Amino acid sequence: MKVTEKDVAYVADLANLELSEDERARMVRDLNSILGYVDTLNELDTTDVPPMAQVSDRYGLDESKRGTERFAYASREDVHEGLRKSFPHEIALANAPDSDGTFFKVPKVIER
Amino acid sequence: MTDKLNLASLTIESARSAVVGRKTSAAALAEAFYAKIESDDPRIGAYLVLSKERALARAAEVDRLAEKGDGLPPLAGVPVGIKDVLVTKGVRTTAGSKILGNYVPPYDCTAVARLEAAGAVVLGKLNCDEFAMGSSNENSAWKPVHNPRDLSRVPGGSSGGSAAAVAADMAVATLGSDTGGSIRQPAAFCGVVGLKPTYGRVSRYGLIAFASSLDHIGPLTKTVKDAAIMLRTIAGRDPMDSTSAGLPVPDYVAELEKPVKGLRVGVAKEYFGEGLEPETRAAIEAAIQKLAKLGCEIVEVSLPHTKYAIPAYYLVATAEASSNLARFDGVRYGHRAQGVRSLSDMYRRSRDEGFGPEVKRRIMLGTYALSAGYYDAYYLKAQRVRTLLTRDFEEAFRKVDVIVGPTSPTPAFKLGEKVDDPLAMYLADIYTVTANLAGIPGISIPAGQSKEKLPIGMQVFGKHFDESTILRVANAYEKAARN
Repeated sequence: MKVTEKDVAYVADLANLELSEDERARMVRDLNSILGYVDTLNELDTTDVPPMAQVSDRYGLDESKRGTERFAYASREDVHEGLRKSFPHEIALANAPDSDGTFFKVPKVIER
Repeated sequence: MTDKLNLASLTIESARSAVVGRKTSAAALAEAFYAKIESDDPRIGAYLVLSKERALARAAEVDRLAEKGDGLPPLAGVPVGIKDVLVTKGVRTTAGSKILGNYVPPYDCTAVARLEAAGAVVLGKLNCDEFAMGSSNENSAWKPVHNPRDLSRVPGGSSGGSAAAVAADMAVATLGSDTGGSIRQPAAFCGVVGLKPTYGRVSRYGLIAFASSLDHIGPLTKTVKDAAIMLRTIAGRDPMDSTSAGLPVPDYVAELEKPVKGLRVGVAKEYFGEGLEPETRAAIEAAIQKLAKLGCEIVEVSLPHTKYAIPAYYLVATAEASSNLARFDGVRYGHRAQGVRSLSDMYRRSRDEGFGPEVKRRIMLGTYALSAGYYDAYYLKAQRVRTLLTRDFEEAFRKVDVIVGPTSPTPAFKLGEKVDDPLAMYLADIYTVTANLAGIPGISIPAGQSKEKLPIGMQVFGKHFDESTILRVANAYEKAARN
């Protein structure tokens, strides 16, 4: 067993999940099963292989350029309301579970 | 007058020409589809929300244009359905999740806006696995989707509703999203065409993110030509998505009929190994023979790292998902738990109540893979393997123009069959995830059926931004198979 109940509790904490006792037990089982399978990656020696975080830095753009230079087409002037107007308050807040018309409301952040 | 229209035979072109030629109106066509949905969808479960008001308003605009006899746009009056992970202004969008149960977006996804600008009529939102995480549509928080070809079976996933709606003639075409096969695998299971374009070809603005380096939007249609028309409509640079490529969009429809004779078609032995069901193998081998008869040169290629694709994929995808789904916290939109003690209690309980089991599992796996002490061993390792998988394709595409193989190792499985075994479910994507990791385009087209009359899908991969060639090969096969 690679992943223990303690690990699951720790990771759930990082992920802002609580999980019921049943869910935690199930998670220990599932994560171990998946990670056991994932271990096949260790058959590969990747010491000299660079990591690939995304596709677009490799393809489809100006091949003569490298790095951020290749994304020059995607940059624009940093202007207020550059691509579209910002939403007015009533639209931006329309889906909020709780608001006062100007702000999103949440439970007290600092407890005494 | 719509009585004369056989919905099953309607393609984008024939639907449009019926509207343009005033054989029917866009409004009557939309109503005919709504009647079909009302009678058939209770058995299938493809739609989550019908956007009737919006559809009929759009149809009325098209009809006004048709009356004037003005030039009508390429999708004039064509009824389409949209996967529920694509936001639609004023139309509830849930991503198949309870956490977005009441979410009404204030803006439109670019791909949807482009379809509507081209005259399409959006009928409604289509069922899918929660946050597009799944291969059977059984992870929808709302209801499962039944495969129209056999109601006891899954439609595939995660764009199960999008595939089922096309297969059951409840839309002429639909949009889906594909992060690891979620357009192509359901297309194969339901016997329709499903296209995942190159990474960067179609704007993702307004796609509720699952794994940003792997997410794609693409069409599901009855014919390859319809897929070409849909892609031509939605492709191209969008200033709202910085990952959309600044490359010109070819006329995919015009290129469709170019001859395929002399094209080099790669067959990778790794896609015909253990786990591939014999009937599926036989169907794909027969399809390859057909391509050879059409004058394609069949070339054996190797994609040696294929067996590492699923583990690499599930690390990269879940890591990105854990980050993307952090935004669902019950503050600005979505579900908020009641009676909470503190802000952090609110976050936790809102997420606990809002997310389903598979989404929690993936958030946990992704968070674990990114956590201190495991980042190098899991996430970074997977990214390095992603490079190897991509190099496999680069190497192969030096020798061939396209690569063909099965879309899925088996035809559609039964509802409930894999629900309790996440790993078995993940393996349903074994032939599709590689295209997402490498960012290459792939299309699944119907290629025969099993003894039980279940559709079998053949997949055609192409080089980056070379959708034209895979569409051309798929179109040639489709025509040959019909004869």
